[in-house]
Amino acid sequence: MSIYTSLDSVKEYLIKCMKCGNCQAVCPIFKETLKEVGVARGKISLVERLLDGKIEMTEGLADRFSLCTTCMACNANCPNAVPFDKIILAARAEAVRRKGLHPIKKVIFKTLKLQRLFDFGMKTGSKFQGLAMKRIEGKDYGARLRFDVGLGKDKVFPNLAPKTFRSSYKKVVEVPHPKMRVGFFTGCMINYFYTDMGKAVVDVLTANDIEVIIPSEQGCCGIPASVNGDIASAKDMAKRNLQAFENAGADAIIVSCSSCGSAWKHSYGELMEGDPEYQAIADKWKKKTYDINEFLVKVVPFKKEGLGRIDRKVTYHDPCHLNRGQGINKEPREILKSIPGIQLIEMKEPGRCCGMAGSFSIVHPDLSLKISDKKIADIAGTKTETVATGCPACRLQLHSGVVNAGLDQNVVHVIQLLAESYAEGRK
Amino acid sequence: MFTTEVLHELIKVLGKENVLSEKEDLVTYSYDATAAVPSVEPDVVVTPTSTEHVVEIVKIANRYKIPIYPRGSGTNLSGGAIPIKKGIVLTTQKMNKILELDADNLTAMVQPGVIIQDLNNEAVKHGLIYPPDPGTVSTATMGGSVSECSGGLRGLKYGVTKHYIMGMELVLANGDVIKWGGKTVKNVSGYDLTALFTGAEGTLGIITKLLVKLIPAPEARKSLLAVFDDLDKAGNAISDIIRNKVIPATLEIMDKVTIGTVENFTHAGLPTDAEAVLLIEVDGYKEVVEREAPVVERVCRENGAVDIKVAKTDQERDLIWFARRNALPSLAQVKPALVLEDATVPRSKIPNVIKEIRRIAEKYNLMIGTYGHAGDGNLHPTIVIDPRDQDEVHRMEQAVDEIFKAAISLEGTLSGEHGIGIGKVKYLPLEFGEAGVNTIRRIKEALDPNYLLNPGKMVTKEE
Ligand SMILES: Cc1cc2nc3c(=O)[nH]c(=O)nc-3n(C[C@H](O)[C@H](O)[C@H](O)COP(=O)(O)OP(=O)(O)OC[C@H]3O[C@@H](n4cnc5c(N)ncnc54)[C@H](O)[C@@H]3O)c2cc1C
Ligand code: SF4
Ligand code: SF4
Repeated sequence: MSIYTSLDSVKEYLIKCMKCGNCQAVCPIFKETLKEVGVARGKISLVERLLDGKIEMTEGLADRFSLCTTCMACNANCPNAVPFDKIILAARAEAVRRKGLHPIKKVIFKTLKLQRLFDFGMKTGSKFQGLAMKRIEGKDYGARLRFDVGLGKDKVFPNLAPKTFRSSYKKVVEVPHPKMRVGFFTGCMINYFYTDMGKAVVDVLTANDIEVIIPSEQGCCGIPASVNGDIASAKDMAKRNLQAFENAGADAIIVSCSSCGSAWKHSYGELMEGDPEYQAIADKWKKKTYDINEFLVKVVPFKKEGLGRIDRKVTYHDPCHLNRGQGINKEPREILKSIPGIQLIEMKEPGRCCGMAGSFSIVHPDLSLKISDKKIADIAGTKTETVATGCPACRLQLHSGVVNAGLDQNVVHVIQLLAESYAEGRK
Repeated sequence: MFTTEVLHELIKVLGKENVLSEKEDLVTYSYDATAAVPSVEPDVVVTPTSTEHVVEIVKIANRYKIPIYPRGSGTNLSGGAIPIKKGIVLTTQKMNKILELDADNLTAMVQPGVIIQDLNNEAVKHGLIYPPDPGTVSTATMGGSVSECSGGLRGLKYGVTKHYIMGMELVLANGDVIKWGGKTVKNVSGYDLTALFTGAEGTLGIITKLLVKLIPAPEARKSLLAVFDDLDKAGNAISDIIRNKVIPATLEIMDKVTIGTVENFTHAGLPTDAEAVLLIEVDGYKEVVEREAPVVERVCRENGAVDIKVAKTDQERDLIWFARRNALPSLAQVKPALVLEDATVPRSKIPNVIKEIRRIAEKYNLMIGTYGHAGDGNLHPTIVIDPRDQDEVHRMEQAVDEIFKAAISLEGTLSGEHGIGIGKVKYLPLEFGEAGVNTIRRIKEALDPNYLLNPGKMVTKEE
């Protein structure tokens, strides 16, 4: 029995909640709405009633369950260590089992699942982006939607890459004397939008004499589906990725997206629970998956010689699923501090959620924006030139916020700065 | 009675965004932080944003004879915010503005929904603090903590909430708005309404503004941890520190059960064979701290402390308080639910009451961890239970009964800081006698004859 297959699985967590309300102090949703359903305690009481048969699984209830960025701030602040992320995922899965998936999301997840359709859509999208979206004048800022299709017209989306990341690389990027062979799980955002980030990962790995395999059969990590309760799609995606990497013959899997990392480290094992074929594969790769920051600091360790100087003031935003989800917060800072010339200036509450949370920002654009505004104000307070983070989704949200606030910061993944420094060193 | 007509009237005066009536929202206002009390869904939840809003709500409630339950963040531990007779939950969370901070007169004017920590964050910019610091400083509202007269870790030296209230604006059950108090240190006009309404648990009126006192932030502090192999020795040390004219800001105790549990879960390095540890902090001017800390150390030693640790760095200080902060969370790991009491006795009776609690725990075969604010006699005997175990729940109820009786017989009180709420109503005669309870009832009925405000709490209608 896993959280994805039965709501009963979270009973043992529910009973640990003593309704102390401590989660109110940190919940980004609660801070904006000031409604008890926003906070973990409120949603826990709803799940309890649902299990007791005292309320029905209505549309309204499913809506309430959508009010969570799964930032895990409540987990961390809970005196009783209630794993609220598990509770909310189980509740959403239950909602889908009983009520079906929201029609818009159904289309999105189906597209994510059917890789080729998605590739096609994105390619044509790239050509036609100008029709639907208005490019922002100036730097390579991205584009805003011309029409409000429910995503909010203010959101700045990155420009679609003319060529997907995976199609622009050979399956294996070789190095003269490899000390390791790793598989790179790119995730969708790098593949379709942030190819620069993917390139930085490959550049840094090869600079450290590591061969990189980029299996072309990999697809979406499935997190957008599983956090919304679409377990059937999530399972399909998990299997496809597990198979792709099983075939690739790598020593480890590298990810540079916090959701993809959580998928390989946590979700796949739970999704495949009881599967005669895939459970063992999922359990095997779980132990061999590393976030790029973690890998460079703890496994490699990365070369410090040959790092060129970049004179820049940088602040770092902790992605929720990297920081609280995987316990990785020192490593990216260590990398930043090792780059000559970089001055790391911490913002207020670097670990507070940016409000992106994948499709949360699609379903609740206004709320997402309000949460982001607080973050952007903290960033502005640092007076830095660059915002570094560890996840492409955060990068999108922060970039949009920074542009809309009229700020001049550049938003990048930590690894891009490291790649830049190596490049500088080679000059 | 509640009807859709009432709902429409409420929406008319408050706007749709301030009225919640869907089942999925009502469920989330059916509880507060109290264990083992009934949970009841209200008919409607309203979030007023101004005094005028509150007045309108009270008028509607009067017209239709519907009870109102004021609510802050719902973190109290006596069932005070639960709408047990259904009706309107009025939450003040949207009335969350700090209206003024007057550094010359050392006061702040706040709306009731301001979170205590937010006021402190503002005050600290002026080198000031608002001292009452319940464990819920970063969640509880000013209105809620004033209505419970919350205490906290610094009660011994700095007092409790009631010592910091200088005036209020309040909406009465008939819709009248009254105001009193001001920025003057001295004020003896009229009856002392502040004393009446602080700790009234929302049963006499709805607070809409608060004028509170701030004090200069202490310059320095020093923390110590003293280990005792005998409860009486720890008790003597507590009294002796005070006798030596040192009033620590914080003087906490943890008993053997608590120490063992905390150590088990945090590995903070506590001595699990100890009978009690005292955690002490002195604060004030640097010179004062340097004089007082050694006195505390000496007194503990003279009273037979087997080990004393004085925090030399911030990290060492944090470790000491980390252990104390983890008392409740660690006990919570043992079993799913906690019943947290706050029976309070004169400080000289601390060893007696801890022994009584131990006897009661043994008698009812329960695990009770006792810790708390030893300096002010306010202990938190914490009973860990599994609510699914009916027999254990029953034994817990009997144990609670005996703990209250023990506290009263040791010249103490039912509640030091958590309030009477629902659960302790039936024990009130123990402390006040029939005539006393009747007096409380007459005050209630003079101000709220129809029991519209938070009915079922503190005092109930005579049967
Ligand atoms: C983990 C934990 C630790 C705690 N530690 C301490 C501690 O160390 N010391 C301590 O004293 N307490 C402690 N408490 C309990 C403390 O009483 C509450 O945290 C706090 O006082 C309640 O504030 P609230 O805003 O949540 O009020 P609520 O719980 O919402 O309400 C409390 C009462 O006030 C009334 N009320 C609320 N707002 C108003 C208003 N505007 N006008 C009139 N009545 C109103 C309500 O009707 C209710 O009766 C603790 C609680 C928890 C859960
Ligand atoms: S902090 Fe934890 S125990 Fe407390 S109400 Fe929130 S989820 Fe429940
Ligand atoms: S995970 Fe984050 S958004 Fe969700 S309830 Fe917890 S604190 Fe709130």
